[in-house]
Amino acid sequence: MQDIPILSVVTFLPLVGALLVLVIRGEEADVARNARWVALWTSLFTFVASLYIWFGFERGVAGFQFEEQVAWLPDFNISYHLGVDGISMPFVLLATLLTPICILSSWEAVQTRVREYMIAFLVLETLMIGTFCALDLFAFYMFFEGVLIPMFLIIGIWGGPRRVYASFKFFLYTLLGSVLMLLAMLAIYFEAGSSDIPTLMAYGFPEEMQTWLWLAFFASFAVKVPMWPVHTWLPDAHVEAPTAGSVILAGVLLKFGGYGFLRFSVPMFPLATDFFLPLVFALSAVAVIYTSLVALAQEDMKKLIAYSSVAHMGFVTIGIFALNMQAVEGAIFQMLSHGVVSAALFLVVGVIYDRIHSRQIDRYGGLVHRMPVYAAVFMVFMLASVGLPGTSGFIGEILVMVGVFQVSTWGAFLIATGMVLGAAYMLWLYRRVIFGKLTKADLMDIADLNRREILVFAPLLAIVLWMGIYPTSFIEVMEPSVELLLGNYQAALAAGDAPSALAVR
Amino acid sequence: MLYVACIFAPFLGASIAGLLGLFGKISDRGAQIVTCGLMVLSAILAIPIFIEVALNGHPRVIEFFTWFDAGTFEASWGLKFDTLSAVMVLTVTLVSSAIHIYSIGYMAHDPHKQRFMAYLSLFTFFMLTLVTAPNFMQLFFGWEGVGLVSYLLIGFWFDRESANAASIKAFLVNRVGDFGFALGIMGVFLLFGSVEFSTVFAAAPDKVGMGLEFLDVNFDALTIVCILLFVGAMGKSAQFLLHTWLPDAMEGPTPVSALIHAATMVTAGVFMVARLSPMFEYAPDALMVVAVVGGTTAIFAATIGIVQNDIKRVIAYSTCSQLGYMFFALGVSAYPAAVFHLMTHAWFKALLFLGAGSVIHAVSEQQDMRHMGGLYKKIPVTYAMIWIGSLALAGVGIPGLFGFAGFYSKDVMLEAAWGAHTGVGQYAFWMGIAAAALTAFYSWRLIFLTFHGKPRMDEETKAHIHESPKVMTVPLMFLAIGAIFAGVIGYAMFVGEDMHAFWGDSILILPANNSIEAAHHSPLWVVLLPLIMGILGIALAFYLYMTRPDLPARIAARFRPVYLFLLNKWYFDELYDFLFVRPANALGRGLWKSGDGAVIDGVGPDGIAAASVAIARRASKLQSGYVYHYAFAMLIGVVALITWYLYARAA
Repeated sequence: MQDIPILSVVTFLPLVGALLVLVIRGEEADVARNARWVALWTSLFTFVASLYIWFGFERGVAGFQFEEQVAWLPDFNISYHLGVDGISMPFVLLATLLTPICILSSWEAVQTRVREYMIAFLVLETLMIGTFCALDLFAFYMFFEGVLIPMFLIIGIWGGPRRVYASFKFFLYTLLGSVLMLLAMLAIYFEAGSSDIPTLMAYGFPEEMQTWLWLAFFASFAVKVPMWPVHTWLPDAHVEAPTAGSVILAGVLLKFGGYGFLRFSVPMFPLATDFFLPLVFALSAVAVIYTSLVALAQEDMKKLIAYSSVAHMGFVTIGIFALNMQAVEGAIFQMLSHGVVSAALFLVVGVIYDRIHSRQIDRYGGLVHRMPVYAAVFMVFMLASVGLPGTSGFIGEILVMVGVFQVSTWGAFLIATGMVLGAAYMLWLYRRVIFGKLTKADLMDIADLNRREILVFAPLLAIVLWMGIYPTSFIEVMEPSVELLLGNYQAALAAGDAPSALAVR
Repeated sequence: MLYVACIFAPFLGASIAGLLGLFGKISDRGAQIVTCGLMVLSAILAIPIFIEVALNGHPRVIEFFTWFDAGTFEASWGLKFDTLSAVMVLTVTLVSSAIHIYSIGYMAHDPHKQRFMAYLSLFTFFMLTLVTAPNFMQLFFGWEGVGLVSYLLIGFWFDRESANAASIKAFLVNRVGDFGFALGIMGVFLLFGSVEFSTVFAAAPDKVGMGLEFLDVNFDALTIVCILLFVGAMGKSAQFLLHTWLPDAMEGPTPVSALIHAATMVTAGVFMVARLSPMFEYAPDALMVVAVVGGTTAIFAATIGIVQNDIKRVIAYSTCSQLGYMFFALGVSAYPAAVFHLMTHAWFKALLFLGAGSVIHAVSEQQDMRHMGGLYKKIPVTYAMIWIGSLALAGVGIPGLFGFAGFYSKDVMLEAAWGAHTGVGQYAFWMGIAAAALTAFYSWRLIFLTFHGKPRMDEETKAHIHESPKVMTVPLMFLAIGAIFAGVIGYAMFVGEDMHAFWGDSILILPANNSIEAAHHSPLWVVLLPLIMGILGIALAFYLYMTRPDLPARIAARFRPVYLFLLNKWYFDELYDFLFVRPANALGRGLWKSGDGAVIDGVGPDGIAAASVAIARRASKLQSGYVYHYAFAMLIGVVALITWYLYARAA
């Protein structure tokens, strides 16, 4: 047992910060300034605390670590249970890394209701971390769904002109899936008599039931990922969300879906997973091609990146359901990489949005003349998105493709087209915004990145290159857990004696 | 240490010049000194490496650290030095050094010198990691890396619309090739369980006859994997069907053209197939594909080269054609001959490009040969250099006595094609012979149009014509030495009697495929034919452009459809635009507006929220084409079908 309940500390530290922000009183300008600083320091402390998890995490161990368990509703056999394994731990770090960056990036961009804004972000951070740490079904559900509320507010209050439409669309979509998931959770609870996730992973549900449970969870996670064709909330939500909202949305919230598949669908319902593989493969392959083509036609920078996210998440879903070492590790890696890269790309857009207040691609052009440092930063993240070797994007994509190829050459062939299409829309975006002659009057004196903005991008740049050149430090964390996951999965299939839908050739 | 320094010196130069340049902390001169100095250092270090590895026969592998390790799929960063990579490293660093120094003069009036020099060094670095890769993954890293920097270099003048378009085109066409390459790597891993060259090569003989199901067709495993990998080579080396990016890439500054199209990048495909000879040797069908594509490219590009008016485009198509030669040589298992030509070609093609740059420099950035003429007296050094380059390219020489570089390397490839005694070998041989005549023709057409005849430029340009400064002409002379002597010096080692000792284990040729051995016993007419064709080509060019300068226009008018077909590069750009670019854009827009907008949102969230009048009004505004509704419905059908199909197959 640990001396310090580090997971609880990391999870609830931001909430403490939120309370501090709440009690700030005084002149409006002072409140805003203090709220910013308190929020920044809180999130930085949280990040530092989470480093303890990163360094203290024992490599080579497959099971859950830093476990904490306290009886919560003992009569109902429900407990407060936290813990991380190699799959969830990196995501905790992702959340704690991105939150201070978000707060720093909103420093000047957000001028109204600063205090409420910072509270929303800190609460959001607690809920995100909790989602990845929770090892109890109901605690997970509360964190998972609770995230909707601050996100809904962030889009609805600090968003763009069509924010109400976007936030309702976002809410409706995700809620619809969640309702089904809640029903499934109740069913699980009544069937197994426990809400403890590790217990449930070993339970072994009847085959008939697995199918329905799988579908119910799928409804929720597919929306979160988002998978085609339930992705249309994402572009709208991104377009209307403030920059930092997009960063969290793309960086962390989209990963809930993939994480959910790995934590619930695959280990708890292996027979159903096996049964539904072809469906997921088909949807993922369509997602990659369809949304890449759609991204090609976009005129709004954020929409373009939003669609590219859907395509990249197509790699994730097909990778998870290819169910071999390369593909699953690739999928997890792709989620982490996308978390950093897409977050950075939204920040990149945010930089010029703050200056010109437009997201229309044709409002820009020739920025390299005035903003060479910005152009270079944008270039690196663009290349990471394109999946150039040496950046994080490459490792995720190639691992997934290598894994999928072993299961289905068609699948690998179709998603590999994303390599070409992805390059097409990103280069085209970059060319229209950065290159060309500088002709627009209001761009003539646009300023390059300032010190604060460089500070925002520097850690992300370093991580993208680190993940691209020495991804081993991430893969070695997840490897034992993935091995265990797949081992259990294969064992369950063998026990269930189900003929595999996609036999490994 | 020596080895590491040789590879990483250009990277250091690029980092210093690039990063400091970005923040304005280094002067133009400083950036030039740093990058050129480190590049020359790298070239100097390459010489002892070449001696130790290739001449003394001591290959070595240096491993740095694990790159990634997922399950059993693992790769390390490292450097592999054997004869093949040592030859490449030496050629690349020497030619690149010349280009670096030349650029000081050529880019003297450009405001972005630091950036340019940084790109050049970075490009060289990626090329070096490519040729020293110990596994498929690092090969892919260098491969995509040169693709990236070529994109940056071609689009170097980012104000120009055409440069931006060309750079994107280059990257995307290369990516299409890399799509094949990546699938090939996946196939290699599936087949061998490793992406390490040493493991894969050792296991290749055991895989003969194994099947691999790819896209539901049962292929011979090695054949399909080799063909997929070769698609990558086709993209990078601008072979027939994936060649469209290369001529457009002339939008970059001329030193870029020399770097990309002479010693590096485009030769990567040739290098790759030579490197993978232990796999290709066991996949004879894949070799046939290589030979046919190579032979076709050789003649196809040459036919276009004879009618182009842009001086750099002529040379670009010439490169494309010469790469075709190299590929058909690879296709008949004459790997050493292909690499030999790669090496000689690097010298004389860099010389020709930089010479053309010197011409362009002299006539105020004019590239159209119709506005040149009569330059030979004004720029005699450049004139002499272009002559040397052209003689080397056309492969002129006196058998048994002495010849320019191409004389040795081109002839041995043609003889090997003939000596292979196979159908595709014959095809490649005759295509190569025909292309040899065309090569000589367009080279001398270039010389005559540029340097002879009446001056056709305007008065102002005419007044400014000047020979290039020393910093440009000295690198030219350096390259000229290579263009003259590389062939005669290298012959014995690369393809002559010392061949087996020289190459060691770096290239595998099965005894049954030894076409180079056969090449040495070619009948006299096979030996002499390329030379005769070359002289005929020169004579024809002399007749058409010196004695009867009125004739070419009349011929063009007489055979107008043929002329236009060639001038417009067989209409490949238009074809691809029609087949791929427009449909992709239209599909993207259509799926967005109709698929996402009308169908998904229409029946989904907006449909549910139809009570809201505002949203309903918005939905009714979306007057999307019925075609896209249909297309969307079809797509859903496709999903259903694929799903059903996968289930059906499982059952």
